[in-house]
Formats: sequence, structure tokens, C-alpha cells
Amino acid sequence: MTSNAPFLSRERIVAPMNYNRWLVPPAALCVHLCIGQAYAFSVFNLPMTKLIGISESAPEDWTLTALGWIFSIAIVFLGLSAAFAGSWLDRVGPRKAMFLAAACFGGGFIISALGIWAHQLWVVYLGYGVLGGCGLGIGYISPVKTLITWFPDRPGMATGMAIMGFGGGAFIASPLSVFLMRHFSSETHVGVAETFVALGVIYFIFMSIGALIVRVPAANWKPAGYVAPSAQKKMITDQVVHVDEALKTPQFYLLWWALCLNVTAGIGVLGQASAMSQEMFQGRITPVAAAGFVGLLSLFNMLGRFFWASTSDIIGRKNTYYCFFLLGIVLYALVPSTAHMGSIGLFVACYAIILSMYGGGFSTIPAYLRDIFGVQFVGAIHGRLLTAWSAAGVLGPVLVNYIRQYQIDHGVAKADAYTVTMYIMAGLLFIGFLCNLAVKAVNERHYLKLQNQPA
Amino acid sequence: MSNEQESGTHGVQLIVTWLLVGIPLLWGVLQTLQNAWKLFE
Repeated sequence: MTSNAPFLSRERIVAPMNYNRWLVPPAALCVHLCIGQAYAFSVFNLPMTKLIGISESAPEDWTLTALGWIFSIAIVFLGLSAAFAGSWLDRVGPRKAMFLAAACFGGGFIISALGIWAHQLWVVYLGYGVLGGCGLGIGYISPVKTLITWFPDRPGMATGMAIMGFGGGAFIASPLSVFLMRHFSSETHVGVAETFVALGVIYFIFMSIGALIVRVPAANWKPAGYVAPSAQKKMITDQVVHVDEALKTPQFYLLWWALCLNVTAGIGVLGQASAMSQEMFQGRITPVAAAGFVGLLSLFNMLGRFFWASTSDIIGRKNTYYCFFLLGIVLYALVPSTAHMGSIGLFVACYAIILSMYGGGFSTIPAYLRDIFGVQFVGAIHGRLLTAWSAAGVLGPVLVNYIRQYQIDHGVAKADAYTVTMYIMAGLLFIGFLCNLAVKAVNERHYLKLQNQPA
Repeated sequence: MSNEQESGTHGVQLIVTWLLVGIPLLWGVLQTLQNAWKLFE
């Protein structure tokens, strides 16, 4: 370790050769457990429509539609910042990137609190949406390459652990936010601004701890007993493709669409899960039970991130994505039948597996990119690929909502309005299957020449 | 620092860092499971 190197530099955090690599995943989890809060942002929506009216919305209060933009802006800036910061991150190392993510995400909450106090919605858009969104994007990609380098024998499991944290962050944020709002609220005050300040400080500290404990391996470090496979597998390269060159390959766009379509199908039903369960099982699933159903789906979303990414280390990334698409097609096609059969258990089981594969898509993609393009620029390439998430974030909910409304407007009963949606989602997954099928090893002409490879 | 001392330090660090992230996550998962149970009541 070079002690006189700048505190946030990569050189400062090079680990000694006998460093225990299992100390690194908690550093990644410190960041991902915090930024996973984004999935729980909706807990603020209703209280933020009553900032002036307190017990009910006043005419000057913000509307749900206007508030909905906060999350959308954050997801767009997640994708943009991940795309633009990826190359910078590969240069400066994970500590500086994690610290910047902590400052952006924590700072986003503080600025939003000011916006709430001043009742200026554009300040909240700027705070949580733009600044917080940048914190989300930089924080999301910052530990990925580090983990892949520490776990060359199990890259899927390693990134799966961190990205599982992103899925799990909502479990912490949701009850914590409700607790804080209750604590800070009074008869004349809903307590959202104070909750934002508290969360901003808590998340900044927790993410900074991650930045402090993260380490990168020394140049020639290998795990004890690890021998790189002598016979190179066809779909796993030991070469390097530069991030700019990766964008010129069909593989990048095929994987972009594979991720986009998998996420579109998952995000579309996740957003509608509560309403869908109540409408498909009218009178049998209450709003309270539906909330429990959504929580259960989020749990499978989180567990799937670890399970599928770890499985991909054994069966391969391409086969794992085949599982997502083929199993997904069967399950989406089966969902309407479970409703007709009146089987809540089967309905829940189908959705649980679907959501596990939605999460699995996110967590398996970094290792898939590493296999195809090599480890050197995987952070930057992963960052650019995450624009697929931003696109799916718009496409999925729009598709589900539009198709459902179209069905209802044409006289289809609410309970049956999701049938066509499910079949269309299965169709999208079939296209995703074809994209995955077309992924082959990168042509040798795209490989970085040895003399150009950075040290 | 000797190798034995270093591995001892790593052992303590390992427990502390995993508890740091494990406890909040477990708490959140338990809260979620409590709510999810209402689906089957």
C-alpha cells in the first residue's frame, strides 16, 4: 500500500498480497444497500402531497403526477451518469467513485429537503432527481470491476452479492423512512424535510464507510489455489476490448436489448403487482395482502440477484440468460391460467420466480460483459449498458398501463385485462431469447493490441 | 505485523464489516416477511 498517495486514489487502496478478499463485498454492500433506497422512494409520495394541507391535500400542494417525475428523473440520471462516469471510474479507482457517489446521493437528499422547506418542486427535481440520480449511477457501477478482479473464479457470485444489496436497500429504507417521518411529524408538519436531512446524513456516512474499507488487489494478485483455465472457453475471453471499441460490436447491442427486454417485462409487472393481484383475485386479495405480495416480490427480486448470478458461474452466462427468457415465457403465459384456476399460491409462485429472474438479469450482466469484453474496461462498458435500464424503466410501465387501459376501454373485464399484457411480455422475452442466441464471441479485430493495453 | 496477527485482525474486521451490512439487511427482510405473511392469512 502506498501511504503517501492521495487518500482517495487507487494507489492508496492497493491491498497487501495476503489480504482477505471477503472484506471487499461488505464495502460494495455499504454503497448498494444505501442507493437501493430508490426502490422505496414511493413511501414519500403521499406525504409529499400533503405538505401544506397536512391531513389532506390543499390546492397549493404538489400532485402525485408532478411528484412521479422525481423518481423518473433519478432513473434517467442513473443511466446517464453510469454511462459517462464509467471510463473515469476505471481510471481513478473505486474509493474516489464511492465517495463521490456518497456526496451526490447524500447531498441530493439535503438539497431536496431545502426544496421541501421552500416548497419549490424544481429544487427537489434537481436534488434527488439530478444529483441523487448521479449518486445512484456512480454508486451502482463503482464496486463492480473491483469485485470481478477480486473474484476471478466466481465473478457472478461476487457482483451478485453487491447488486443483491441494491435490491435489499428498499427493505431498509421503507420502514426507516416511515419511522423517521412518524418521529418528525406533528399536527402542523408531515416531517418529510427532516426525514430527508436525516437520510442524507445516514446514507453519506454509511456509503463513506464503504469507500474507506474498499481495497483493490495488487497487480499480480490471484486467489490462493486459483489457476486460470488453461483451455480458454469460447465465450470467455482473456483479451481486452476497449470501451469505445465495444460500442462498435454487435454483442454490445444484443446484450443491451437482452437486458432491456428482461427488465421491461419485470419492471412492468412489478409496478402493477398490487393492483394486478387485487383485480385478478377480486375479493380474495385485500389491499393489505397486496402490499405483502409486493414485499414478497421485492424479496425474490433481491434473492434472485444472488442466486442467478452465482448459478451463472456454474452454468455460464449465456445459459443463465436462456433460463430467464425460456422460463419467463412459460411463466408469463401461465399467469392468466393461475387466475382462472383461482390458485393464489401458483400465482404468487409464478411471480416470485419471474421477479427473481428480473433481479438476476441485473446481477448476471456484469460477469457476462467481463466474459465477452474482458475485465479491463468492464466498469465503463457496464455503465453504458445501464442505459438499457433507463429505457426499460419508461417502456415497461407504459406498455403494461397502456395495454391494460386499451383492454378495459374495449369492454374486457378488469380481471381479464392483464391476459394480453402477459402474452405480450412473453413475446418480448422471446425477442430477448433471440438476442441472447445471437451473442457470439467478439471478433478478434476488436481486441486491444497488447502494446496499447494500460498497465 | 506477523502473518498470524494479520489474519487475526482480518478475522475481526471480517466479522465487524459483515455485521455492519448484515444486521440492517436482516432487519429489513424480517419487516418485509412480517408484511408478506398477511397475504397468506
